[in-house]
Amino acid sequence: MDYATLLQILDSTVRLAVPLLLACLAGLWSERAGVFDIGLEGKMLVAAFASGAVAFLTGSAWAGLLAGIGAALVWALLHGLASITFRGNQLISGVALNFLASGITVLVAQTAFQQGGRTPSLSGEARFNELTLPLAETARGVPVIGPLYADVISGHPILTYLAVLAVPLTWWVLYRTRFGLRLRAVGENPAAVDTAGVSVARMRFSAVLITGVLCGIAGAYLATALQAGFGREMTAGRGYIALAALIFAKWRPWGALWATLLFGFFQAIALRPDVVPIPVPALEALPYVLTVLVLAGFVGKAIPPRAGGEPYVKER
Amino acid sequence: MTLKAVLGATALALTATTAMADPALIFDLGGKFDKSFNEAAYTGAQRWAEETGGKYREIEMQSEAQREQALRRLAQSGSNPIVMTGFSFSDVLTQVAADYPDTKFVIIDSVVEAPNVRSVVFSEEEGSYLAGLMAGMASKTGTVGFIGGMDIPLIRKFGCGYAQGAVAANPQAKVLVSWTGSTPAAWNDPVRGGELARAQIGQGADVIYHGAGGTGIGILQAAADEGILSIGVDSNQNMLHPGQVLTSMVKSVDVAVEDAFKQGEAMEGGTVTLGLAQQGVVVAMDENNAALVTPEMKAAVEDATQKIIAGEIAVHDYMTDDTCPVAGF
Repeated sequence: MDYATLLQILDSTVRLAVPLLLACLAGLWSERAGVFDIGLEGKMLVAAFASGAVAFLTGSAWAGLLAGIGAALVWALLHGLASITFRGNQLISGVALNFLASGITVLVAQTAFQQGGRTPSLSGEARFNELTLPLAETARGVPVIGPLYADVISGHPILTYLAVLAVPLTWWVLYRTRFGLRLRAVGENPAAVDTAGVSVARMRFSAVLITGVLCGIAGAYLATALQAGFGREMTAGRGYIALAALIFAKWRPWGALWATLLFGFFQAIALRPDVVPIPVPALEALPYVLTVLVLAGFVGKAIPPRAGGEPYVKER
Repeated sequence: MTLKAVLGATALALTATTAMADPALIFDLGGKFDKSFNEAAYTGAQRWAEETGGKYREIEMQSEAQREQALRRLAQSGSNPIVMTGFSFSDVLTQVAADYPDTKFVIIDSVVEAPNVRSVVFSEEEGSYLAGLMAGMASKTGTVGFIGGMDIPLIRKFGCGYAQGAVAANPQAKVLVSWTGSTPAAWNDPVRGGELARAQIGQGADVIYHGAGGTGIGILQAAADEGILSIGVDSNQNMLHPGQVLTSMVKSVDVAVEDAFKQGEAMEGGTVTLGLAQQGVVVAMDENNAALVTPEMKAAVEDATQKIIAGEIAVHDYMTDDTCPVAGF
């Protein structure tokens, strides 16, 4: 394998890792606050549909992004309502919302556009086009690092850079602000937070809404940056791989970045059977195998937030 | 949604007894307006309705579980013949056909052995051969790609025909073959399709043919984004990216449906294979790809068509022995 091929694979890795990273961070916010969210997939799907449809109707990718975030927020609110306000089972609510997303997107797309459950294809300003970072062409001449900068780091849509920025931002908010401390506490010991006079429901709702925003960006990235429109079930299980990555990352923001890049790398080399002579199904299974190994305690310890999955009942 | 569809099917069955022996058409999960396979069936049925003034019934499948129920209800209500699109019906039809010996059934893309069933299959390898021929002539790098959806013999048949055509046009041609996956999810992953196309472009491919359903939308998109040519499948996809889709390998599902409707109850069972000779498979030529198709390509396609029909060129069908002489899979 020569250096140029490696760069192509790394470029592909970045493109495939971004939706995973956004979904993984989304899951991190929700689960750190004690709300399990199996519905990342559904939120991404409605966001992909809404962004594809609105970007087509308005001709603006930014309007599409806002619509995508809006749609994912509606799903997040429904999840919050079911699992925080009405203390329902978080897993069941998530699964139900996934089913709802899978059906309603195709139904509405078909009714509105008559194209077999797809949205019409986007072009020009209706898509997030690739940005060339400053000095990318000048730097290309620098050996080794130059092409890496020009081909892998530069040349992605703006949402990619937004996704990478979300990692330090998540870290800073979770670990360096009062809001973050309370949010993490709600996921570990909600009773203590309640005793301190902070509303558990409000903290959890804000976490779930942040999850919605991040899933919205992930969906918009799929439909208006990587692709040019929504297609039925286009998330293709990325929400579930993101959950596996979240466990692999041990619920930490920087871990999420490395885990999703690793999973993206596995997906990228699976596209190049000429380079790596490993059977494709084996590569596709690798993220899940690694996650099971981590869960089984072979690679460090993965301890989920202690109050995760339990609705908080205020004592009377 | 499912409930609504079931109610719809029930209402259909109740009203059905008033008019006897209208034909019926069942669309598979892709939906009636999929711009592909099912829509072609719909076009054929509409054409029959306009020509004859006849009426037909239709049902769109909404879930796997509805197949048998829909089929039985239509048969009970006296619809005849009943046409269904897609190989997914083969298991269900094998059971149902035996229970309604007086009803004629037509299944497209699969073979069901029963006296009252007509199985319509297409010689996809012949159409794909022509697509490969054009790809081999259009390619400047000498490398062409094929991306399949789910890795099943039917799709390998496309890839194998294509590879044979490409090699016929350019004996040194390199044919890259990729698969989206091994589960039905592989039909609906445009993102992965796009990445597979980029991976093939990275290996030098400058014409890519897809046999990947909804995933193919992503493949055509990536090819257009990267400025290389692509080839559509099943229905004419030239208009999706005008000037960037070299051609489309079109299966004339509409002709098969129209034909069955025309023959009505008198239709005979057995297996019908539609190939180049019957115009069951064609490579689409229209104003969207006119600038891409050189006179030499046109001549080569016409020449190969005549030779295949005359039997001078034998295109190997992957499904006969599960091997492909050229593509190496």
